[in-house]
This record gives sequence, structure tokens and C-alpha cells, in this order.
Amino acid sequence: MPKLARDLLFPLIAVVAAFIVGGILILLVGDNPIEAYRLLLGSAVSWPDGIGYTLFHATPLIFTGLAVLVGFRCGLFNIGAEGQLYIAAFATAWVGITFANLSSWLLIPFCFAAAILSGAFWGAIPGVLKARFGSHEVINTIMLNFIAVALVSYFTQYHYKVPGDPILQTAPIGAGAHIARLGKFVPGFPERIPLNVAFLLALLCCLLVYVFLWRTKWGYEIRATGSNPFAAEYGGISIRKQIVLAMAVSGALAGMVGINEVLGYRYRYYDGFSDNYGFTGIAVALLGRNHPVGVILAALLFAALQHGGIYVDGFSEHVTKDIVQVLQGIIILFVAAEAFFKWLVGRRQRVIGTQHVNLENPVIVSKEI
Amino acid sequence: MLELRQITKRFGDVLANDQVDIVVKPGTIHAIVGENGAGKSTAMRIAYGFYTADSGEILVDGQVRDIRSPHDAIALGIGMVHQHFMLVETMTVAENIVLGAEPGSTLALDLKSAASQIRQLSEEFKLAVNPNEPVEHLSVGQQQRVELLKALYRHARLLILDEPTAVLTPLEVEEFFAILRRMREQGKTVIIITHKLSEVLAISDEVTVMRDGKVVGRVQTKETNAAELARLMVGREVLLRVEKPDAEVGRPELEVRNLSVTDIFGTKRVNDVSFEVRSGEIVGIAGVEGNGQTELIEALAGLVEPARITGEINFEGKNLNALGARVRRELGIAHIPEDRHRRGLLLDFSLAENAILGVHYRPPIAAMAGSIFLDDNAVQRRASEIIQRFDVRPPNAALPARALSGGNQQKLIIGREYHVDPKLLLVSQPTRGVDIGAIEFIHRQLVSLRDNGCAILLVSAELEEVTSLSDRLLIIHNGLIAGEVDPKVATLEEIGLLMTRGH
Repeated sequence: MPKLARDLLFPLIAVVAAFIVGGILILLVGDNPIEAYRLLLGSAVSWPDGIGYTLFHATPLIFTGLAVLVGFRCGLFNIGAEGQLYIAAFATAWVGITFANLSSWLLIPFCFAAAILSGAFWGAIPGVLKARFGSHEVINTIMLNFIAVALVSYFTQYHYKVPGDPILQTAPIGAGAHIARLGKFVPGFPERIPLNVAFLLALLCCLLVYVFLWRTKWGYEIRATGSNPFAAEYGGISIRKQIVLAMAVSGALAGMVGINEVLGYRYRYYDGFSDNYGFTGIAVALLGRNHPVGVILAALLFAALQHGGIYVDGFSEHVTKDIVQVLQGIIILFVAAEAFFKWLVGRRQRVIGTQHVNLENPVIVSKEI
Repeated sequence: MLELRQITKRFGDVLANDQVDIVVKPGTIHAIVGENGAGKSTAMRIAYGFYTADSGEILVDGQVRDIRSPHDAIALGIGMVHQHFMLVETMTVAENIVLGAEPGSTLALDLKSAASQIRQLSEEFKLAVNPNEPVEHLSVGQQQRVELLKALYRHARLLILDEPTAVLTPLEVEEFFAILRRMREQGKTVIIITHKLSEVLAISDEVTVMRDGKVVGRVQTKETNAAELARLMVGREVLLRVEKPDAEVGRPELEVRNLSVTDIFGTKRVNDVSFEVRSGEIVGIAGVEGNGQTELIEALAGLVEPARITGEINFEGKNLNALGARVRRELGIAHIPEDRHRRGLLLDFSLAENAILGVHYRPPIAAMAGSIFLDDNAVQRRASEIIQRFDVRPPNAALPARALSGGNQQKLIIGREYHVDPKLLLVSQPTRGVDIGAIEFIHRQLVSLRDNGCAILLVSAELEEVTSLSDRLLIIHNGLIAGEVDPKVATLEEIGLLMTRGH
């Protein structure tokens, strides 16, 4: 089987299987699965709203999917994209508010820098902790999520809220910080749909991440560290440096969610805006097989589900939009099952191959097993 | 006793056994030899019921038998000892031996009668082990005896031993052979799978030679010699001894002064070691594995934190202690690690990506000095040079390193480390798990590198390898240099004693 077909096959099986299981659940609830799926997916391809909103929802998922991907490629599990994107979104809004009078030419780059650098900073913290003290990034990123959310809530509530506003949100950013919605350029595409330039930036990031990981020496070092840290060390690569670098890049990518949210959509920091983008990013990266192209496809699927969920809620009798969560959950389950399946196959192959492997390198095998 | 007739077994596209005929006479020690992947273990696993043959039949005591599982094999009196022991470390010897064949009723385990039975067996075959000792307290050689007892306890009349000496020290090998001879005296039949020719000649009565899944020779041990067996195994003439001119020794490249290395648990693994390696010579380090060789080489290669090192490592007069692996490589130190899967390779990366490890960040691989982009042409060029010069097969730079056999993986690593024209080469277990044909090639390459003025520090657990390659030989025991001998005049016994006793 060619590599591409093989790479596509497993995620496809996972998705189809999830829809079958989901269909059974819908039947059990008492609705017609075909009708529910028509509502769910049909709405995502309608022009312009369906497509517009699907792409809009896909934007943060592409960023967080890439963030998780870069971590994975270095052997790190960044569960902290959620915290990184909150910190970054707030920092973006802060720059947009504080320097509101600057011209767009200065303010927009400043805001971009704020999103990227603050995300990178928040991501680098667990990187440094791991590199310096060996403390596990999973624990630290989870804890930093709580800190990030509480921190930005605090600043919003006590320092940056418009007095009297019942909603927990900051004052609006300066008009110069707004980035264009795509309706401005695309004929027949209404500007009320919040799809904006950040979507194009997300696609650009996919390309950049690909080039970075597979065409530069830094990417090589990150991937080498992820693939076999002992061999990387042997090759003169500083593992500590790679861990910090990968976590910073990962955080920067997650932070760019702030560009979409603050500069392209709400034009202010709105507390609790993230619909678990950071965590869904893990699913996106897994389903996308840790490849930038896969991340785009997986993000589109999850975004379509998210958008279609509203229609299911509105138009079907029993099923609610929770079906989206259910489907996402089952997809992840099947993706994880792939690893399990492969492990099974691998084990069988190892048994068959033992004669070969054992003789080749007795000591290594005994160390591994 | 055992006869395999026309056994054929395929794994996917690979024909592992092709019409294999093996006849093992009762009461003999029968060696099955061949290179890696020749199909010897496959054939024995079929006899033991691990695999079922695609075609062909197995005869036990002259009768065709259907062996579908190890259970069937055990019932017929066939036992097998695997290369990797299958023992539960926390259980006692007796518990391990009865595991799966527990005596007594379903509920009550009768370990006492088992223990007395085990004692009787170990007396009969002089396999001294204490049945009540936990296995984790036993040495490797003792664990092997437990494996033998396990088979004997199940009334095995035929024992299949897969590479039994791979884990033993020279002294343990001698004891082990004595055990095998006693078993033969007691009427047992033994099949020993190996690729060490000296052992075949020392212990066996008959030899079956396999190559590429076929039986290519059946000889009486008395009527053959190492050269003939090697020729049968490889399919061409093989030079078993390394031919090398006298060393033309130059100035000292590596100077180690009072070096001590502590492991991460705080145990001193290398203890106040001093020596030097001059250009144009191979200095060998012989020793039983685990006596500090690994730590010594890793410390020299820059893979041990400076805080765990005391003493001095000087290279061309420059102190290396504080320098990392990258700087040491830049100075001209190359390293062929003992564990190629752990240290030497990125198994999921392509051969091309593996070929640039260590030089990936500088020209010509990074397009120019300071550039962050990899020059794909340069990567491919380097990979194909290494693949061609070191005959790495299959010669496809896009394959993942995982897809290669051990010997070819090793050739790739050696090719990569030679490509930088090192002034000092640290090399550990260069031919572990490598076929005889490739061993000869690797040895020739080491000697030619030496003749070009490289200083080489060689660590190997194969005594014959270190003694035949080295110009000077240091013996390491318990982290200390136990002595230096001239490998041309020292006897294996002399070296073996230094290795095991330290004086």
C-alpha cells in the first residue's frame, strides 16, 4: 500500500466507524440517523454561511492542532494549548487597547507579536521546567492552564473591564488593530460572517510548520529528539534546547488563536471564549497523524461538526448538539484504537521476527523487552 | 531422535525455510549453524511447535508427529531454552521451574516435593542451584541452569538451545559445555543453535549448516574445521583472522588521566583510569560486559554530564571535560556506539536522515554556514556515498533505518562515522549481531582507518575480536584497568583471568 493511502486509511476508518456508532446511538435515542447527519453535515457545505462558519471554526483548531503536532514531533505532549491561547488572546487585546491610537501598520504587527510571543512564553515555561528539572510537561501544562485562565479572568475583571459592563470582557481594542474579514475581498460573501485573514494565516502556518520541521536543521533536531533522544544526544544535539524550542514554537502557534479571536472576530478579549480549542487541538493532531495537511483536514471535519451541531439542536426532535461531542469522542477512541491495533500487529510481527531480531542484537532486544 | 523432512515456511515474501532436512541422532550434541536470517531458529521453532510449517513433516523417534504447540512438543519430550530467559525474577528457582506444570492438587501447590525433585535433577546433571533462591539473585549463568532444569523437570529428552553462550563469560561457557557433555552422557540429545564456530568445534558431534533458508551442509565435527564451516555459512572463502601490518604509531591523540565516572545512581563505574591512544594504533579494551566499558566510552564521547566525571580527558593536548558531544565531534572524534538502536540510529528516520546525524547543522548539509535550511542534494549525496562505499543493503536512502538488518544498520553507522575522517574513533562492539561476511569487512575497514593514522579505541566483548584487532590490549575489571598485555603474545587464558579476577 502506498504511504499516502496508508496514512489516509486509518483516520478514514476511524471517522466512518465513529459515524456508524453515532448512528446507532441516534437510533436508540429515537431519531433518524440519516436525517440527523444530513442536518449535521449538510449545513456545513451551504454557501455562504455553512462554508464560512466552518472555515471560521476551523481556524483556531488548525492553530492548536499545529501546536500539539510540533510538541508531539519532539516527543512532548502539550496539553497546555488552552492556557497558551488564553494568555495570548489577552495579551493581544492588551496591546490593542493600550496602543489603540497607533496606525494599523504598526498596531497590527504589534498585536501579532503579542499573540505569538506571549503564547511562546507561556509554552516555554513547562519546556524550561522539563529541560531544567525533568518535571513532566503533561502535569505542568495542565496546571498552567488553570493559572492562565484564572490570571486573565482576574485582569479582565479588576483592571480591563468597562465599568458597569455585566459581561466579563475587556474594553474594545483600537480600530486600527482590526484585521479584515474575508467578506471584504470575496464577492458574494457577507462581512457579517467572522471568517477573517487569520484563516489564511493558519494555512500559511501549516506550510511554515512543514518547512520548519522537515526542511530545516532546527526541525531535524526537534524530530530527532522526538524520535530517539539518546541518538539525538549522540549526534551532538542538545535535548534540553530542543524541548524548550519545541514548547515555545508550540505555544506560539496556540497563541495565534488570539489573532483570530481578538483581531478578527470580537475585537476585544471576551472571557471564556475558547470552546476547548486547545484540547480539541489534541484530537485534530491525532486524527491528522501529526502532519500539517492532516491537521487542516481534521480541523475542517471538527469545525463542520461544531457548526452543524447547532442545526441538529434546532431541527431534530430528540438529538441535541451533544451528538457532536459524542462523535468527536468516538473518533478519538478509534484513533487511539489504531495505535492499539498497530501495537497488536506490531507484537505479532515481533514474534514472527524474533528469530531475526534476536540474533541481530541480543542485548538491545533484551533491553527493549 | 528428531528428524525434519522437507520443512518449508514462509513469512510473507520471505522464504525462511526452504525444504529443510535435519536429522538429529539420539544421544548426540548437534549444532545448527548459519548466519543471521539463515533460518536456523525458524526450523527449531517449528520443531518446538511455535510455528507450524507450511509443508513438510516432523518425525520424533521415527514416527511422524503433529506438533502444533510447545505443549505438544513438551509432551513428546522436546524442551527449548530461549536466548532470552523466560523467568519471573521475583519468584524462586523452584517456583519458576514448576510454573505451568505445578505439582499437587488444583488448590494446594506442593512446592516441597517439587524442590526435592529439582534437587535430585540438579545432582544428577551437576546443575548447582538452590531451589529456594529468588531468580533475581542469580547470575546469568545460573539463570541459564534454571532454564535447563525447567526443561529437564518436564522430562525433556531433547533440548533445543538457542544461542546459549551469547550471554556467558568465557569461564561460564566452559562450565556450560561441561553440563552439556554430562547431559549427553545421561542419554539426552542436545541441539545447539549458534554462529560461533569455535564453540561448534568444541562441543558438537554433528553439524548442520544453513544458509538463506536452506540446508547447505551436514558434516561430522571431527572431519571439519572453522574455515570449511565459515565457507559453507557465507558461501565463499572468509578470512577469519585479521591480516594487519605492524602499527605505525604517531603522537598521542587521546590522553586519559585518572578518569572516574559515576552513574546516575552515584555508583562509581569507572575508577581512576589512565591510558593513552596514539594515532595509527588500535587500543583494545577487553572485559566482561558491565565492568565500566559503556560509561568509559560515553564519557569520552561527551555523553556523560561533566558533574559525574573526575580526572582529565585530553585530546590533542586540549582538555575535553567540559565540552559537549557536538564540539568533540567537530574536533575530530567519531563514535560507533555499542547499542545501535538506542544510540546510533533514528530508527524511524530514513537512511538519508540517519546519514547526516552529527553533521546535519553545518555545511554542506546546512546549505551554508549559518543557514537553517537543509540542502537536500547534499543530504542525498552523502547518503549515497555511504551506502555505496559500505555496501549497505538494500541501497535505498528513502527506507527507514528500521527496515535494515542489523549488519546493514551497523554498516550505515560505521559509514557515517568514517565519512568525517576522524582523528580518534571510539568504537564499541562493532560486530555484535553482524554476519561473518560483514564482520570481515568491518574489521578490514577498522584496520585501514588505523593505517591512515586514526587513533582507535576499541571495546568488544568478543575476546577473539579485541585480541586480533588490537595493537595494545587493556583489560578492564570492575571499572579498573586490571592490566595491559601484548595481544600478539598473551594467551586467552591469561586475558580471561584478568577479566574475571582483575589480577
